[in-house]
Amino acid sequence: MSDITDLSFSELKKMLQKKSLSSTEITTAFLDRIESLNPELNTFITITRDEAMQSAKNADKAISRGTATAYTGIPIAHKDLFCTDGVLTTCGSKILSNFVAPYDAHVVSRCKAAGLVSLGKLNMDEFAMGSSNENSYFGPVRNPWDKTRVPGGSSGGSAAAVAAKLTPLATATDTGGSIRQPAAFTGTSGLKPTYGRVSRFGMIAYASSLDQGGLIAHTAEDLAHGLGLIAGHDSRDSTSAELPVPDYTEVLSDSLAGKVIGLPKQFFDANLNTAMRNAMDAVLDVLKSLGATTVEISLNHVAEAIPAYYVIAPAEASSNLSRFDGVRFGYRADKPTDVLDLYERSRSEGFGSEVKRRILIGTYALSEGYYDAYYKKAQQIRRLIRDDFNRALASCDLIFGPSTPSTAFGIGEKNSDPVSMYLEDIYTVATNLAGLPGGSFQAPLVNGLPTGYQLTGPAFGESIILNAAYQVQTATDWHRLNPGGL
Amino acid sequence: MSLTSDHVKRVAKLARLGLTDAETTETLTQLNSILDLVDQMQRINTKDVVPLAHPLELKQTLRADEVTEMDQREKFQNTAPQADDGLYLVPRVVE
Repeated sequence: MSDITDLSFSELKKMLQKKSLSSTEITTAFLDRIESLNPELNTFITITRDEAMQSAKNADKAISRGTATAYTGIPIAHKDLFCTDGVLTTCGSKILSNFVAPYDAHVVSRCKAAGLVSLGKLNMDEFAMGSSNENSYFGPVRNPWDKTRVPGGSSGGSAAAVAAKLTPLATATDTGGSIRQPAAFTGTSGLKPTYGRVSRFGMIAYASSLDQGGLIAHTAEDLAHGLGLIAGHDSRDSTSAELPVPDYTEVLSDSLAGKVIGLPKQFFDANLNTAMRNAMDAVLDVLKSLGATTVEISLNHVAEAIPAYYVIAPAEASSNLSRFDGVRFGYRADKPTDVLDLYERSRSEGFGSEVKRRILIGTYALSEGYYDAYYKKAQQIRRLIRDDFNRALASCDLIFGPSTPSTAFGIGEKNSDPVSMYLEDIYTVATNLAGLPGGSFQAPLVNGLPTGYQLTGPAFGESIILNAAYQVQTATDWHRLNPGGL
Repeated sequence: MSLTSDHVKRVAKLARLGLTDAETTETLTQLNSILDLVDQMQRINTKDVVPLAHPLELKQTLRADEVTEMDQREKFQNTAPQADDGLYLVPRVVE
């Protein structure tokens, strides 16, 4: 048998059900690997060994008593943006570097209720703002495939931890590509569900009309299990959809015969480099061999998605992040002279430079005299983008494209130029503006580094995305490739 | 349109972010390059397009008017930098 940590979430589920492995054995194996590899990779901000061993013990008891759920005893780790009762929750920021959350996020409580064992909290770009995980107060995460490169962001810790087999499943969040881009850079599978599919209660807010919780794992099957656990209505999030949650695993084996895959001509233009195009063509060949057909579609306003995003997201962020004032929680500046000094210094000393930039852009865009030119204009473009997707999805079942313009870039390569970093999300941002579900899955390596293809589906059409990705994974072994040298 | 350092200082004040002069200069350059990117929106004619504030335009649901929250003041104030006797402490606001 291979090492325990080589097993996927779905494989671990089977081993526990067959009682071939105990949760204590599994949890110990992952914790040991974390302790040996984390100093170099920096994927975890907090490792909760004692709590994890205790939950593993409880899981084993529940399994032997017959009171276990289908998932009891399988490890998970949470992006440090999800509040965890009694456990440090930093959001990658100095301003929350001492914040022990007083309650669990909805996603965390659902995982606990299912008996999953939490291994700890994962590194991320501060307040989920970034595409490289270099904006973390706790230092950059290294890509397990090449430690001189970034793992992507903002869910860089989640993606790198799964890729390095430090956890079989990780929670993550995606506001403009923060699940899909790091999944592509690390050779993992990542799913951003439809806006409203997963409750945002207890997720530290960045841009509330775009933020969505999701997952990163090794396979589409793992994601199907995980999504079933965390999806569903929650009265504590007023934007959470009151729709039934299907069994996402049920449709995985459906045939792709007759499925129509839309190829946006704007994604396959001259800007897509040859190596990436070849990788995408290899995936398309598999989809076609499985019975799907392709059709060219047009997303006419997709080029304006990044500009509109960099108004809407910072505007919402400037409002959301006003709650960090040094009064109720988090970091407070030393010896404030008056209350204004308390606010200004707590925030200036507590926030990193990218967060400050976005707060300033957002404040400017919402300030008197500029609202129509920026915020209203961006929201009008948002409608045009959403209408483009709806039109396109009337003629196809799924939209296919690359997840990123290239493979993972080097640490330090882009962090002096914010705009070049923003353009990393050129293929992913539009999905968030439209509120649609999107997944990134393993495509062939390019020069020894992972690439990802992206599938976007209709609202609440996660099943179709997971079905297609599962079928590709059944026919290929790209998702089984591992970073060497760990 | 280009920002000046006076704009940056004013916006920083509104956002309650203190910036040093060196930070103001650096921020000015970066914000202008971001605004150049953002200004690409202007190439699209959006006359008569209704702004979309929210992707799904879901209906807001109402809950029954019942008390569901418990009093957890003490637990929540444990995370405050300075709290005493149920109050958050800040520097004197009124002279």
